Amino acid sequence: MSTVISTKSSADNTALRDQLAVRSWKVPIVFAALAVFAVVVFAVFGPEGHATFRLSQEQDAWQLPDLVLPAKASGIVAALACVVLALMSYLQTKAVGRTARWVSSSFTVVFVAGFLIWIIGGTKTQNITLVGLFTGAMLIVTPLVFGSLSGVLCERSGVVNIAIEGQLLAGAFTAALVGSITGNAFAGLFAAAVAGLLVGFLLAAFSIKYLVNQIIVGVVLNVLVAGLTGFLFEKIMKIKVAGATIYNQPPHLPDLPIPVLSEIPIIGPTFFRQSVLGYLMLVLVAGIWFALFRTRWGLRIRAVGEHPQAADTMGINVNRTRFLNVLAGGAVAGVGGAYFTLVAVSSFSKDMTGGLGFIALAALIFGRWNPIGAFLAALLFGVAGNLKSILQLAVTPVDGQFLAMLPYALTILAVAGLVGKSRAPAASGIPYVKG
Amino acid sequence: MTDAQTEPAPHGNAAPTEETAPAGSAGEADLTGAAAPIKLPESGAEKDGGGKNGKNGAETGDGLIREIMTGSGLVSLLAVVVALLIGAILIAVTDSRVAAAAGYFFAQPGDTFAAMWAAVSEAYGALLRGATYDPNARTWLGQLGIFETLTFATPLILAGLAVTIAFRAGLFNIGAQGQIILGAIFAGAIGFGIELPPGIHLLAVIVGGAVGGAIWGGIAGFLKARTGAHEVIVTIMLNYIAVNLVLYLLKNQLKDPGSSNPVSPPMHQSALFPLLLGPNFRLHAGFILSVLAVIAVAWLLNRSTLGFEFRAIGANPNAARTAGMVVTRGYILVMLISGALSGLAGVAQISGTERSLDAEVAGNIGFDAITVALLGRSTPWGTFFAALLFGAFKAGGTSMAVNADVSIDIVLVVQSLIVLFIAAPPLVRAIFRIKSGPGKTKPAKNTSIVTKSTGGAAV
Repeated sequence: MSTVISTKSSADNTALRDQLAVRSWKVPIVFAALAVFAVVVFAVFGPEGHATFRLSQEQDAWQLPDLVLPAKASGIVAALACVVLALMSYLQTKAVGRTARWVSSSFTVVFVAGFLIWIIGGTKTQNITLVGLFTGAMLIVTPLVFGSLSGVLCERSGVVNIAIEGQLLAGAFTAALVGSITGNAFAGLFAAAVAGLLVGFLLAAFSIKYLVNQIIVGVVLNVLVAGLTGFLFEKIMKIKVAGATIYNQPPHLPDLPIPVLSEIPIIGPTFFRQSVLGYLMLVLVAGIWFALFRTRWGLRIRAVGEHPQAADTMGINVNRTRFLNVLAGGAVAGVGGAYFTLVAVSSFSKDMTGGLGFIALAALIFGRWNPIGAFLAALLFGVAGNLKSILQLAVTPVDGQFLAMLPYALTILAVAGLVGKSRAPAASGIPYVKG
Repeated sequence: MTDAQTEPAPHGNAAPTEETAPAGSAGEADLTGAAAPIKLPESGAEKDGGGKNGKNGAETGDGLIREIMTGSGLVSLLAVVVALLIGAILIAVTDSRVAAAAGYFFAQPGDTFAAMWAAVSEAYGALLRGATYDPNARTWLGQLGIFETLTFATPLILAGLAVTIAFRAGLFNIGAQGQIILGAIFAGAIGFGIELPPGIHLLAVIVGGAVGGAIWGGIAGFLKARTGAHEVIVTIMLNYIAVNLVLYLLKNQLKDPGSSNPVSPPMHQSALFPLLLGPNFRLHAGFILSVLAVIAVAWLLNRSTLGFEFRAIGANPNAARTAGMVVTRGYILVMLISGALSGLAGVAQISGTERSLDAEVAGNIGFDAITVALLGRSTPWGTFFAALLFGAFKAGGTSMAVNADVSIDIVLVVQSLIVLFIAAPPLVRAIFRIKSGPGKTKPAKNTSIVTKSTGGAAV
């Protein structure tokens, strides 16, 4: 077939491609709908007054003045930009069958900016500290990214990991317990990795060795870890010695600001004034991406996740690869769980992960099973989540609960193929039995 | 796809030594699957349920004993035993008296074991008494914990049926939680929002709750049918959307104006289930509704054309499509029914026990329902008895927390361990060194629980 095509002239080739290309109108349609929304909400019914974004903190090397935007005028600009970009998306789809990536990303940025201006302009105080928004978001983003990376490792090798929530919780609990006993935060961190690895081991043992349905194991492991940590929390962590709960006072992982970089406005406090876990997160995102898509190891893993029979034929031990990946994923999620008790707050409480493991799953899917995609999705979900908590007390045009729904709704749209097409590794969830 | 459809008989299964029996049985199950892809795993599963409660007359005595001794019945029982044992170990090692006695273990080891026994027997004794009958309690309600068991079991039965029916069509409904919330929202809006004559009002609440749940389940079914979106992902996400939706409504439209908390006004009296045993007990007519639902689902699955279609789709969607069934329609219908059943669980909550809507209306029922359905092996009556067991755990767990100072979280541990062990029969067989026995004449029976519970379908 390919040889036939290659012998034809290039004109024929284009014509053939035009015939074969499946023009998906979903993207332009979604963009058009959002643009209409932007015109109506941001522009026509936009709030009067100004939206103030405070950009700098005192520690910053150079101070930026507050960004004061006239809410309505900015809304009109954003809405017009949305309309133009939606039109471009339409034209591109008509011409080449798909929307260019830069159009999609600019549309997203413009729409989010317009949304922020609208929502801040609509509140009573009409101002927000951008640094606070982003640094607060990192409290959610960091465990989310670790959770998503765990999912990436597992699912790329063909094992669905619904137990992210349990791995995070196990990590959080163990970090608090071991950290309190040893008085050393890094011992807690290590123990958290081991705890996550143990949950991963159960997932791997039951789903790979005993061929139990992976989703069942994941669901049950979440319950098991919730019950176990809850029980031990009541039994051990509430023991008081001299009036203090000595087993629930983990030390804090110190912040390690990077010189110079940490003084850049907004970016500095968000990314370069973190604990060791924050930097580990950035390293892991880049590292796992590189390993998966640029190394032989990654190629093997993806082969196992996409077509285990073929991988097996080529001499890769499918089930051992999966087992090791699930273990690694468990350890990564466990470390992410340590963030809850060693960085975010300094004590364990029951069910403190609060469903974040499932948002991590959402970020993984929304990020198309790609470490960097998952990282960006986690950033988006984190900002949305933190915006919700910031706006909790303010009277806003849109209720915080709808912001909280955003990650879930976007994920449903993504798996339904309305916003891009999110496709899982082909063999994800299917046990491999050599035969 | 599970191995039953995609793989040819896997003779070279991973560990040939300790689990020759299960590997062989899996192989046989695959053979039957390959030979007759549309053959439904229903018969074996139904016999399990019938065998357990002794109602199945068709099963001969010899067959029944063999089934109990070698088949999944024994595995289920042993799974419960092992789970309780692990729970007992946890209770014993975390008990303060045991810790004290262990301090002089080498001087008087007997003390340690006595303390362990005391801790465990106290906890499990309180659990058992709380769930059934406690002669020492001060009130009637406290004495007859069995009725609390039934009360707790009611929503579990309904939600468990929801998961069960979806399993049988090969769908994994993790969204019972969200569907319960939606059912409760709809039922509540009718129950405290409008006035209707008695009887009609309760009926309207029940129908409304079912519709609410069906909408939420239907979304997942529709997206699965139309776009292929994986129902597990969609239902998980819908759960969290439902939680936020109810929080939003409780702050605004459905808020009780007389209260500063996010709760709804109380349900009208006419919208409540009548109490079955007078005002001293919480047991309400929702329990009868749940039993009726079990009968209805059993009929639907085993006696109706639609149920046959569901099971066929669950066993092998491609074969079902070839046989002329509309698989997409089946997905949508089964999720509508599943959602409606979960919605009824929401009605049982709001019209039975809670009596007003709050954010915690679904508790943990939606997730417990998954374990209930798995323990019940995805048969309606199996689900019923599994829900009774879990209801007993809940009722007894409260009394255990109060009387024996053992956190109710241990119940979660035991429940999840039970399901883990049941889902992996080879593991339990390995622990107890049970051979699969001579029951090989009916290979379908030895199918792994997962294949059976999901109707052998892709998850």
